[in-house]
Amino acid sequence: MKAVGIILAGGKNERLQELTTIRATSAIPVGSCYRAIDFPLSNMTNSGIKKVAVITQYNSRSLHDHLSSPKWWDLGSKQGGLFILSPFLSSDNSAWFRGTADSIHQNLTFLKRSQEEYVVISSGDCVYKMDYNEMLAYHLRKGADITIAYRRVPDDDDIRMYGVMELDEHERMQDLEEKPLEPQSDLASIGVYIMKRQLLIDLIQTIVPEGRYELVRDLFARYRKRLKIYGYRFDGYWRNLNSIHSYFDCNMDFLHRDIRNLFMTTFPYIKTKPKDEPPAKYNAGATVINCLAGSGAILNGYANRSIIFRKVFAGEGSHISNAIIMEGSEIGRGCVVEHAIIDKDVIIPEGERVIGTVDAPVIVPKVRL
Amino acid sequence: MRKKEMIAMLLAGGQGSRLGVLTATKAKPAVSFGGKYRVIDFPMSNCINSGVDTVGVLTQYQPLQLNQHIGIGIPWDLDRRLGGVTILAPHLKSDQGDWYTGTANAIYQNVEFIESYNPDYVLILSGDHIYKMNYAKMLDFHKEKKSDVTIAALEVPWEEASRFGLMNVHDDSRIFEFEEKPQNPKSNLANMGIYIFNWPVLRDALERDSHIHNNSDFGMHVLPMLLSDGAKMCAYPFGEYWMDVGTIESYWSANMDLVKTVPEFNLYEDFDKIYTDADHQPPMYTGPDAKVQATLLSEGCEVYGEVYNSVLGPMVIVEAGAVVRDSILMENCYVGRNTRLTRVIADADCSIGEDVVIGEGENTINAEKPKLYNTGITVLGEHTEIPDKVSIGKNCVVYGPTVPYDYPDGRLESGQSILRDPHMEGVEE
Repeated sequence: MKAVGIILAGGKNERLQELTTIRATSAIPVGSCYRAIDFPLSNMTNSGIKKVAVITQYNSRSLHDHLSSPKWWDLGSKQGGLFILSPFLSSDNSAWFRGTADSIHQNLTFLKRSQEEYVVISSGDCVYKMDYNEMLAYHLRKGADITIAYRRVPDDDDIRMYGVMELDEHERMQDLEEKPLEPQSDLASIGVYIMKRQLLIDLIQTIVPEGRYELVRDLFARYRKRLKIYGYRFDGYWRNLNSIHSYFDCNMDFLHRDIRNLFMTTFPYIKTKPKDEPPAKYNAGATVINCLAGSGAILNGYANRSIIFRKVFAGEGSHISNAIIMEGSEIGRGCVVEHAIIDKDVIIPEGERVIGTVDAPVIVPKVRL
Repeated sequence: MRKKEMIAMLLAGGQGSRLGVLTATKAKPAVSFGGKYRVIDFPMSNCINSGVDTVGVLTQYQPLQLNQHIGIGIPWDLDRRLGGVTILAPHLKSDQGDWYTGTANAIYQNVEFIESYNPDYVLILSGDHIYKMNYAKMLDFHKEKKSDVTIAALEVPWEEASRFGLMNVHDDSRIFEFEEKPQNPKSNLANMGIYIFNWPVLRDALERDSHIHNNSDFGMHVLPMLLSDGAKMCAYPFGEYWMDVGTIESYWSANMDLVKTVPEFNLYEDFDKIYTDADHQPPMYTGPDAKVQATLLSEGCEVYGEVYNSVLGPMVIVEAGAVVRDSILMENCYVGRNTRLTRVIADADCSIGEDVVIGEGENTINAEKPKLYNTGITVLGEHTEIPDKVSIGKNCVVYGPTVPYDYPDGRLESGQSILRDPHMEGVEE
């Protein structure tokens, strides 16, 4: 694919509460062994993109950690590579990123030094699987300047949390409004954009010096009449990790066979950093039903409808249900964990009860108890 | 001049013929073990965990799977600019070429490879064994003893000692005699096939022995020759877990050792990890009616039925109603609904239909290969297909795509075999 990739992973999401006090939203663990960014990153390399920039700012250490080597996504090559771009000091500029457009502007060298004709931009905290080649083919077919992927938002999701698009009968975008009070349609941008690399450079160089720092508001919405901006309908699975609820539901979605088949057994797969843990061990006496477990987990006791990450230990007589238990955590003997999200490396001591509700799962952050 | 203090030469060319159909299309080091691993992962991981970053892997028998598995060595951090892993296959030299005719002969044919790293020491390993060992400590021992050759020695139980190649040693660990499977053992130190040589000593010995034996072998020729020449040879005692998975029964029981609540061989330590190649590592799923106990599930397994006391490789699917007991199912195996498996070893990519029963019946040993299949275990070779509703007894071997026609009255009696070319499509008659 003749494109470079940009993943916008700098954001901070207050609605994810304690889960993002120590990590970027894009680094949030999902589905027993993945991080959110594995999905757009794998989509890029699976689409044949060889050069990817990850723009990060908030709690970037967690992302640096996860992306410590490009080779797990086949990006360790001379002709391409994985570029992690964080804010930096220089003689003419010492600002944090003031918005998505500004973050690209401050790293414009990445785009200027590339030769690929197109650029694919994705947000870093969405769980989906997409072949960008198909979107690029659509972009060319439409003769578009910019193409924005969108989906029809189902009734059980709050459309006011998204960028809402209005399209004409040819799918050309007529309006775009970020998080509107009065949504005019049920079509929401999913944060995936394709355009010519040179066009992006020109536009960014125009708007940022004017003090306009946001891609959606200051570029796509503002230029919707001057440029041909088209919507590209995406009907596949897509989840944005923008609240504790969507995070919890997204994880539980992995208990469905078709979702696992989509991400894990249908080639090309979603890739992640390998941890080389041994197989998961289900000991005599364990009852583990409707659960996902990561490698290196050692399971005793009872678990139901839960997402258990790598290297989790569950002691004898423990009772886990409707829970997300992240890597390396230990659930002691006889513990009861229900409607809970247990962060990484947490030790729940013997006999402890951690019980939340469907509407308000208990979150046990790293290093507590 | 480039230089590595010690490089490893890993002998991975053997067939392991006592593993029967499991080594039909791959060398023994490529046989999977413990669910997600292959046998060669153990010495390869030991190398990198010991700081040995240059490894020559000598292949010969059915090398394709081994080559694909090793690749450029990424899983073991053996993708290096200088050193790393190199596959050394037999090759033509000007007007002639030779297969590797013996263990020492294989090393002799790769003297130039070793020379190119200008090493002080050469570590000789075999790709056949399951163990964790720190070769750096063995090298310290070698240096401390000012040894010419150091041989790792397994302390075996005295009553089993006569099954091994033994080393008789003085109090200072110096070897004064080798004995091959003696009636009355004088020592319980078995030769593990792990050697550290001073490179000049090895080079000279290989050169000399090549003129004497055209199937030059370490155990039979090179080591006895060096001993009689007065070389200083020491035994390095090793008291931890070590397993030669040489037979169907030992392969099965070594896997079963791992499912114990506290296994003797611990893979769950944070240090000295065993690395392996996997194109991706998704989590495992157990369904609403699943029962999984005393079992290892590797990445991507999906269990809807019941699995007891078993080891499952990556991406194995066990459908609802199926019951798997005391079995080893390797990568990508599929077990259909309501199928019962007992003491079955299924190699990679087997597809077993619905309502199948395998491993029940009389314990009749295998008629064609009674020495290989005689402990009640039924083995399915790679890519075997078993149609719905058939039953297969104990000590059977099935290899390749089979159809209902292959099973008169829907039954394959204990001790019988069906061998098909796995690359042929099954033909219904």
